Amino acid sequence: MRRSVLRPLAALILALWLVMPLLSLMIWSVARGWRFPALLPPELSLAAWHYAFSPVSGVLGSLGLTLFIAVATTVLALAISLPAGRALGQYRFAGRTLVLLLVLAPAILPGIAVALGLQGLFLRLGLTGTVAGVVLAHLIPVLPYTTLIMTAFFAGFDPEHEAQARCLGARPRQVFVHVTLPAMLPALATGAVLGFLVSWSQYLLTLGIGGGKVQTLPLVLFTFATSGRNDLTGAVAIIYVLPAMLVLGLTIGLSSRWWQGYRGTGLVRPLVFGNHR
Amino acid sequence: MTAMQLQLSGLGLTYAGATTPTLAGLDLTVKAGSLTALLGPSGTGKTSLLKLVAGLLHPTTGDVRLGGRSLLDLPPERRKVVLVFQAPLLFPHMTVAQNVGFGLRMQGLAPPFIAQRTEAMLDRLHLGGLAGRRPAALSGGQSQRVALARALVLEPDLLLLDEPLSSLDPGLRDELRALIRQLQRDLGVTTLVVTHDQTEAVVMADSIALLQDGRIVQDAPPQEIFCRPASANVARFFGGENFFPGHVRAGVFHGAVGSFPLHTGHADGPGVMTLRPEAVVLGPGPQAQEARVLSCSFLGPQSRIELDLSGTRLVALAAPDMARGLTPGQSIGVSLPTSALWLLPETPLPRTGQTGT
Repeated sequence: MRRSVLRPLAALILALWLVMPLLSLMIWSVARGWRFPALLPPELSLAAWHYAFSPVSGVLGSLGLTLFIAVATTVLALAISLPAGRALGQYRFAGRTLVLLLVLAPAILPGIAVALGLQGLFLRLGLTGTVAGVVLAHLIPVLPYTTLIMTAFFAGFDPEHEAQARCLGARPRQVFVHVTLPAMLPALATGAVLGFLVSWSQYLLTLGIGGGKVQTLPLVLFTFATSGRNDLTGAVAIIYVLPAMLVLGLTIGLSSRWWQGYRGTGLVRPLVFGNHR
Repeated sequence: MTAMQLQLSGLGLTYAGATTPTLAGLDLTVKAGSLTALLGPSGTGKTSLLKLVAGLLHPTTGDVRLGGRSLLDLPPERRKVVLVFQAPLLFPHMTVAQNVGFGLRMQGLAPPFIAQRTEAMLDRLHLGGLAGRRPAALSGGQSQRVALARALVLEPDLLLLDEPLSSLDPGLRDELRALIRQLQRDLGVTTLVVTHDQTEAVVMADSIALLQDGRIVQDAPPQEIFCRPASANVARFFGGENFFPGHVRAGVFHGAVGSFPLHTGHADGPGVMTLRPEAVVLGPGPQAQEARVLSCSFLGPQSRIELDLSGTRLVALAAPDMARGLTPGQSIGVSLPTSALWLLPETPLPRTGQTGT
């Protein structure tokens, strides 16, 4: 009884929590001359949207750039996390805890400290103001999440399945494609979503390393927000938020189905840290 | 398919960082088309040995030859050796049929051919109705059968089974044991089965190889290894408890329990005689000697009676009927049938086999 009431209530609160800010942004994006005492905007206009989608504003170019940086960062992070997670998840070695801590450190350190520290180094390397530099910088906050996820996956992954596949005549590449990869998919997807979202929401690192030359959406958004153009801020904010929500929603739906298929099969054991052989 | 002989020679394996070798110069031959059970206490490297043969581990020394050809330079997927692990290790994202067809798919064979072979093998293992199931929806026995089908469908030159029945219920175990044996005979595939279960080894195997301290201490047909152990340790592993020290003179063994003529030629010198506990005959008889009962315990199908025979401890296993009413301190007639006595080929006295009160 109580449960049946509480659950929809919780869902409603969560939905409001997520939707309300978006709602106000949506109204802002089509409002014209909306001042303080008025409860609703006196006049509606699509001017902000027209401007946002026009080439002059550079919002669309910025969207593409943000997308590119987030995807590139995610792909790189996964490529690094896969072997790292395998080592951390499956082997006990001297200094394992230290390595794990160092990997996690950037997730704990404040971004501004990292940005300032990196800037000097990247300046010398000629990476400041470049997209490559920004991608590299984004790897720092993204890697802890992807590595942690892959570590957890491999801690629960029984490598004997791979040995079994080899015995059945599969070459190492075939083992990866037909056995390891399918088993890894849910973890990879989860890591990809987190990595994408963390990169997508970077502001300080992009500003610090990009030096204003790499204009990702959060930077553009901030410019509009500080210039007092509430209608434009609303429109760009929605453009900024929607892809992230799309990615998140899609993957939650997919990965819950994936996990279900793997549960209780022995290929992926419950994700507990320190399940070492 | 012509069966191939497996020959392991001087096989040694020392894990990195280990001080003692897991396998120390092991020799073993499995005859073409036969089934050898590799028996040994747990932790003696039985699984390591299978992995060496399968190519998942590399030996420190020695050679693995199959059909006369060394396998050492071949990766696991090219050895035509299939190892079936203790756990079924089915691939969860594939159906039963896809699991069984996995190896054939990896060879890039034509799908209709794969489907036909898979179906035939599933039928053979009574899995016909389960082709479309996912591994998660199978029972333990079914999973193990699918794992077996997945290996056999490849018609390997050598089949390696690592405790294939240990995770199953006793009833199911007997059934699958018989099925494995039958399939192995039908297909004529050379097979090496690892087990720690004596009964399993005795029932299934053409030959039992006992692994102790990184070596095969004896490799012989089940009856022989039971009745003619190569050493006191082998005898002890198979439940031997009676060891009588003495010495051989002119073809006759003399010990505290009596003198017995030997059927086979033995050089003069010290020796240890052994007798399986179930071979001891209780009750009066022409050869009977007087013994004192030390203890008597009921074990179910048999009773275990500890006796003192002229200062030597003797253990007998007898039908509970025979042992009924025996009380410690009581005297009873005991005969040691000469046909069942076996002089251990090794000369040094076994460390813990020395008996006497």
